[in-house]
Amino acid sequence: MAAGEELTLSSHIQHHLTNAKVCTTEAGVSFNKACSEAGFWTWHIDTLAWSVGLGILFLWLFRSTAKKSTTGVPGKLQCFVEMLVEFVADNVKDTYHGRSRLIAPLALTIFVWVFLMNLMDLVPVDFLPAFAGFVGETAFGMDSHDVYMKIVPTTDINMTAALALGVFILMIGYSIRIKGVLGFVKELTLHPFSTSNLPLQIVLIPFNLLLELIALVAKPFSLALRLFGNLYAGEMIFILIGAIGLMQLPLHFTWAVFHILVIVLQAFVFMMLTIVYLSMASSDNH
Amino acid sequence: MNLNATLIGELIAFAVFVLFCMKFVWPPLMSAIEERQKKIADGLAASERADKDLQIAQDKAKEQLKEAKHQAAEIVEQAKKRAAEIVDSETQRANQEREKIVAAGQAEVEAERNRVKEELRQQVATLAIVGAERILARQIDAAAQSDIVEKLVAEL
Repeated sequence: MAAGEELTLSSHIQHHLTNAKVCTTEAGVSFNKACSEAGFWTWHIDTLAWSVGLGILFLWLFRSTAKKSTTGVPGKLQCFVEMLVEFVADNVKDTYHGRSRLIAPLALTIFVWVFLMNLMDLVPVDFLPAFAGFVGETAFGMDSHDVYMKIVPTTDINMTAALALGVFILMIGYSIRIKGVLGFVKELTLHPFSTSNLPLQIVLIPFNLLLELIALVAKPFSLALRLFGNLYAGEMIFILIGAIGLMQLPLHFTWAVFHILVIVLQAFVFMMLTIVYLSMASSDNH
Repeated sequence: MNLNATLIGELIAFAVFVLFCMKFVWPPLMSAIEERQKKIADGLAASERADKDLQIAQDKAKEQLKEAKHQAAEIVEQAKKRAAEIVDSETQRANQEREKIVAAGQAEVEAERNRVKEELRQQVATLAIVGAERILARQIDAAAQSDIVEKLVAEL
């Protein structure tokens, strides 16, 4: 951390949990603390840079493998990539029974991208922020304590919410495409309480709508908050472990090993739930 | 931690990544996998077919070998029979020839003997007549006793 600064544990943690921000204020383009008043139009450049960078890494790796892919004896990288692809394809085939060219690539993108972003959690917590602080101080003359670098994009609610929102939009889109607008509206209003008595059914519509809307909206919320919560908590524990001195080494190792499970599992869960939600959205039987 | 414009940026990035993956990553990988699966399936089917073909060819070869052996045995059998026949017929022919030769010889001998006998008889007759002539020339008229001589000659 910054030399000579008075450094309390809480400010250390606070520093680790703050994104690098950029926004436009009256004074032009501003950074970090100057953006506290900027409201919605603030950009987390660390989240954006790391997530987009990791996404490009994923696509570049897979694209270059795909271009070189042979139908004969595959190389090791191709084997690995094909294993992932088949794993995702199998899961999609088992869960999603409609026909769509989008679902499988979507699931693959989510799985690998989320996994890579989660994987950043295993980089020791102080390495990259300290390096960024050093670069900011020497190259740009900033106070290193004012340089923020949060390297795990999935610990940013914006990231997970964006993923969940994307899935939510697809859910609505698939519902309307498969069932039609009317079918979708019917699904929202005529279940779970349905009766053949017409006046009674009309009375029941508000209750049905309320329940179904909550069920619908709960899906993206649970997606976003589950991934965010798991990774945020894990990151928090890494930060706490990193703050306790030499004893952190065995603890950090233990938590990192355990966390390997978490990062894969969360990526997998996000992918599976996406497939399940879209499968529910495109199946007619309620 | 509060939601801000990053959400929009990430949403755009997400959409772009998914579209890129759908257009340029998934199809070539999937087609490579499927093509390889097809290749492997074809290979397995071909090997199975080859196995079957081999089995058939082996059976056929065995069959033909058996037939050839059978034919060879038949030919040998025929040859033996033919040889025996030839030997038999030759033997028979030789016997006939021998008998013919022997018969001819005997006939010739017989003829010669008859001729010699005849000649001898002639000569004996002549001799007897000459002898008798000489005797009778001394004693009697030859003509008167010629019937006796004739009898003697006939008794020969």
